[in-house]
Amino acid sequence: MPTQAINPDASGYYGDYGGMFIPEILRTTFDELIAAFNEAKADAGFWQSYVDVMQNYSCRPTPVTPLGNFAETLGGKFQVFCKREDLNHTGAHKANNCMGQGLLVQRMNKKRVIAETGAGQHGVATATMAARMGLECTVYMGAVDVERQRPNVFWMEQLGATVISVTEGTATLKDAINAAMRDWSESMETTHYVLGTTCGPHPFPEMVAWFQSIIGQESRQQMLKINGKLPDKIYACVGGGSNASGVFLPFLEDKEVELVGVEAGGHGLDSGQHAARFSGGTVGVAQGYKTYFFQDDEGQMMHTHSIAAGLDYIGVSPILSHLHDQKRIRFTSATDDAVISATKLLMRTEGIIPALESAHAFAAVVEEAPDIPDGTQVLINLSGRGDKDIFNIAEAIGDEKWDEFLRAKALKK
Amino acid sequence: MNLTKYLKNRLDPLFGGTESPETKRKILLMTHVVVGYPSLEANWKMLEAMGEADVDLVELQMPFSEPSADGPLFVKANQEALRNGIRWQAYFDLMKRASERFDFPMLMMGYCNTAFSMGFENYCVNIRKNGGEGFIIPDLPLEEYGDLFEYSRQHDLDPIMLCTPTNTEERLRKICGHGSGFIYCVARKGVTGKNTELDISAEKILQQCRLYTDLPLALGFGLSHAEDLRRLHGKAEIAIVGSALLKTWEAEGETGYRKHLLSLAAARE
Repeated sequence: MPTQAINPDASGYYGDYGGMFIPEILRTTFDELIAAFNEAKADAGFWQSYVDVMQNYSCRPTPVTPLGNFAETLGGKFQVFCKREDLNHTGAHKANNCMGQGLLVQRMNKKRVIAETGAGQHGVATATMAARMGLECTVYMGAVDVERQRPNVFWMEQLGATVISVTEGTATLKDAINAAMRDWSESMETTHYVLGTTCGPHPFPEMVAWFQSIIGQESRQQMLKINGKLPDKIYACVGGGSNASGVFLPFLEDKEVELVGVEAGGHGLDSGQHAARFSGGTVGVAQGYKTYFFQDDEGQMMHTHSIAAGLDYIGVSPILSHLHDQKRIRFTSATDDAVISATKLLMRTEGIIPALESAHAFAAVVEEAPDIPDGTQVLINLSGRGDKDIFNIAEAIGDEKWDEFLRAKALKK
Repeated sequence: MNLTKYLKNRLDPLFGGTESPETKRKILLMTHVVVGYPSLEANWKMLEAMGEADVDLVELQMPFSEPSADGPLFVKANQEALRNGIRWQAYFDLMKRASERFDFPMLMMGYCNTAFSMGFENYCVNIRKNGGEGFIIPDLPLEEYGDLFEYSRQHDLDPIMLCTPTNTEERLRKICGHGSGFIYCVARKGVTGKNTELDISAEKILQQCRLYTDLPLALGFGLSHAEDLRRLHGKAEIAIVGSALLKTWEAEGETGYRKHLLSLAAARE
């Protein structure tokens, strides 16, 4: 059972960030959730049941793969490994959190789950969990994302979930979260909100990070086994921050390990069209918690942009904000263009198709490669696989044969 | 102004009022304006109608990009108001103009990030300076108030606390203990703008809060018609009507709005 190197205070704060900015109507529900989570956390059997489910349903432990060819293309003087969260059931680290919260839902004896989703990965992971555990499931998804991620919508519906397209605001992830909160403020007696990332009011950041820390725990052991030592640098992409928290937190006290979070640089930081909260954001309070938000000088949230729907979000985990201020994690960003070329590179050199979200971490390594000292061991968290992004990647690459295929399919209808 | 005294001074002694009140109402009416929606000009017409109907209290909502406690109509209103370019200056200009023109006291209503971005002290200074008497922040539980309680005392503002049907007895006692001006009781679960049958949960929350506070009790969320107000006589001191009036404005325009407002105002007697 994991004990985290960093824990919130009694009010749910990590340093200055986090807290519980919730409407009174949900107070009792949050109190119940905190109690259920604390009980589960104190029960060694609960963590074991989680590990068991992840082993027999979701391919854990996921392997660490050495990326010799990829490293060689970058100059070959350092080693690159990647943690294969793409091999999880449903293709991303999102399954960890969903199965964990699903077990908690069973303990709380609730019969319905709701979720928000951006890229659709968390929605699909929640839908599979609900199907497996016999729960009713509603997923809120921004209308823009529904359009970008139709295959995931298809699968969620096939898995028995109701997908509600959210047209309010910017019709992306943040609006899906608002819609899920509205549902919950009415349905809380029978329903649990499976929040997909280390954001939102306490205890969600702590709880999601706790389940996701299985990534870092395994990586730690695997790297020790492969190399006899810990990696020198770990890279992870950062949207809300769940895969990054998961891989980083178990290394927090290993001060020699550099932790690098990669945000969505979109069309470039100067363009204003990105989602790099640590570059263009300021501290605010929204969606139930205090953190760095992409907002204007009067606290109104601004449009974010990323080629990866899963990183296209206004806020960031309060845990990561605290570690940012503490300078324990270094943050950088990768542009859409850099992400596409890193995706191509990884496919060609290693036969791995990364999710566009995860490809941000690879793009940062590509960019920083000239400055990485010889002999360095780099671990990249490959948080998800990229099959789902076929429409976006094909469009970005400009594959004509794919366009022809789409046209032919459309004409047949 | 002492908001509690003002409110009690408008109520019939049998319905929670003082011995010789100015008006003998059986319930008071609080109405709502989302500043900038549909436009500042329309807001002014709404406020004029409220003045003519002698509405007892008005909340002016500062729009926010993430209005997570609001239902579809107010979500749209928040969004459109921001699209219309509403910023703090325009908001406070309207509040100031209205405070000079009308008798009813006004509250600033809006989400926490506005107060946080402005700074809690500035927030209070601005409300006071522009003629507001208090504020309602639906996503700011008392644990997160910090020095906002102190600043509101310094600037003689009432922070309005919300009590809801899902709160435990212990929680209600705590919230009421921090109450000021009046207590805002939420009639039901969910967000603003759906109809509420004045069912057991609404009556229960009023009865429970009564145990923990002498402040006037307001009931809101889903009240629409004069009938709703009459049914609350003797149960709550204030009825809050928000979405229903805006819905009428959208469907029937200014004339229908005035008619609706007057029928609500008449249901106070």
